[in-house]
Amino acid sequence: MEFIGTIFSNLAEQTGFAAMAESGAVGTIKTIIMLAVACLLLYLGIVKKYEPLLLVGIAFGMLLTNLPGSGIYTPELWYAGSNATSISFSDVLHEGGFLDILYIGVKLGIYPSLIFMGVGAMTDFGPMMANPKSMLLGAAAQFGVYFALLMAVILGFDGNVAASIAIIGGADGPTAIWLTTQLAPNYLGAIAIAAYSYMALIPVIQPPFMKLLVKKENRQIKMEQLRPVSQTEKIVFPIVVTIVCCLIIPSVASLLGCLMLGNLWANCGVCDRLSDTAQNALMNIVTIFLGISVGATATADQFLKVETLLIIVLGLIAFCFATIGGLLVGNLMCYLTHGKINPLIGSAGVSAVPMAARVAQVQGQKDNPSNFLLMHAMGPNVAGVIGSAVAAGFLLAVFG
Amino acid sequence: MEDITIVQTLGVAVLGMLVVFCVLLLLMGIIIVQSKVIQNIENKKKASEPVPATPAPAAPAAAPAPSAKGSCGGVMLHDVPDRTAAMIMAIVADGLNTPLNELRFISIKEVK
Repeated sequence: MEFIGTIFSNLAEQTGFAAMAESGAVGTIKTIIMLAVACLLLYLGIVKKYEPLLLVGIAFGMLLTNLPGSGIYTPELWYAGSNATSISFSDVLHEGGFLDILYIGVKLGIYPSLIFMGVGAMTDFGPMMANPKSMLLGAAAQFGVYFALLMAVILGFDGNVAASIAIIGGADGPTAIWLTTQLAPNYLGAIAIAAYSYMALIPVIQPPFMKLLVKKENRQIKMEQLRPVSQTEKIVFPIVVTIVCCLIIPSVASLLGCLMLGNLWANCGVCDRLSDTAQNALMNIVTIFLGISVGATATADQFLKVETLLIIVLGLIAFCFATIGGLLVGNLMCYLTHGKINPLIGSAGVSAVPMAARVAQVQGQKDNPSNFLLMHAMGPNVAGVIGSAVAAGFLLAVFG
Repeated sequence: MEDITIVQTLGVAVLGMLVVFCVLLLLMGIIIVQSKVIQNIENKKKASEPVPATPAPAAPAAAPAPSAKGSCGGVMLHDVPDRTAAMIMAIVADGLNTPLNELRFISIKEVK
């Protein structure tokens, strides 16, 4: 009978409830809050469909990591130092849990680059090549990144954290994760959640600025049809971009190189199998790994801080000013071309492919039902992907 | 560069915007030059291609393939690749919420 009692006693000591009781009242409250936040994010992902492919994984990773006693993610192994060289990967392999092993891919910047490979394979750079001027709109939308950087420093964040928060304005989840793991890994959970949440909210965030900053007659402008882009141009483009960008900002080579490799596979006509794998199987596998391991970093100690609220506010500011930057340059280009460019496509300069382009199309059709801006907006949209990668590379070069 | 002042940040922000604009302007220039060069080469290739000789008398035309069940016949394509035409027809059918074999497309022409 005593033997059975010992078994029950041992089992009781190993439960999560015992671990929760051991962590004290404050620890228990923190755990409950984190589990509630994880459930809220699951609700937003599943019911409201906010970037569900990533948000559901992130939320579930958050749920798992905050269950006391699960031991599947060990923050102490990662936060001893802020860069990869000060981390003992041997310790991670010997002592780490399931999510620690998956997190290695995030820490080394492997998953964001592989996601970019899939994005590259899925993206058609044709509309941007047919209208190269649209690249200026992609550049202008990076205004949000630098405005948020300034605001973050004013609010007291140090340079590395401020740069990681600022890149939320690039509206590009993999880029935000890639930069944050290198500059401010402690804030990865909050920054990734803010980035993906705001990307899902683009149809809500952008239209008020579109109506406010663009005159109705300009919103009704119909743009000329784009010229067809030859296959040869599409093949040469990723090669040239890789050489030029990586020579100017070498730190962006892994991200931009993978984006362009995926695009080259899709266009060269001799690697269809690889392009298909990058777009589908690989993309899905990496999305699973990335979501769950990024979510795991959102532990109570790292997430329940005043800074998290500031990050969420600054992320919104970054998105708003990115939209404003794109629209203002869109207005300027409309004026300089004597009304040949509809300024609404400027808002698509925030990357978020293809959501931002769709918002421009929907808004354009509201003002002029016979207007089709989608392909025109895809130009600044994909230019925004390149622009945000360049901005991230620049921030890494300065703060890394 | 963890400890950075507001003035320094302002400098970084201005420089960052300049770098992004310069890189994308450079790429814009490259795209313009690249497209002109490639279009020139392709035009020259087309011009230098020998004019096809008078075609041999055509073999008796094979009997046209039977249309699919419920099909409304063929569609004339003017400067539109098959894949694009198929995509357009699928989009129209989806937009009208009508099965493709209940629609009749007479011709698809690219507006230049």
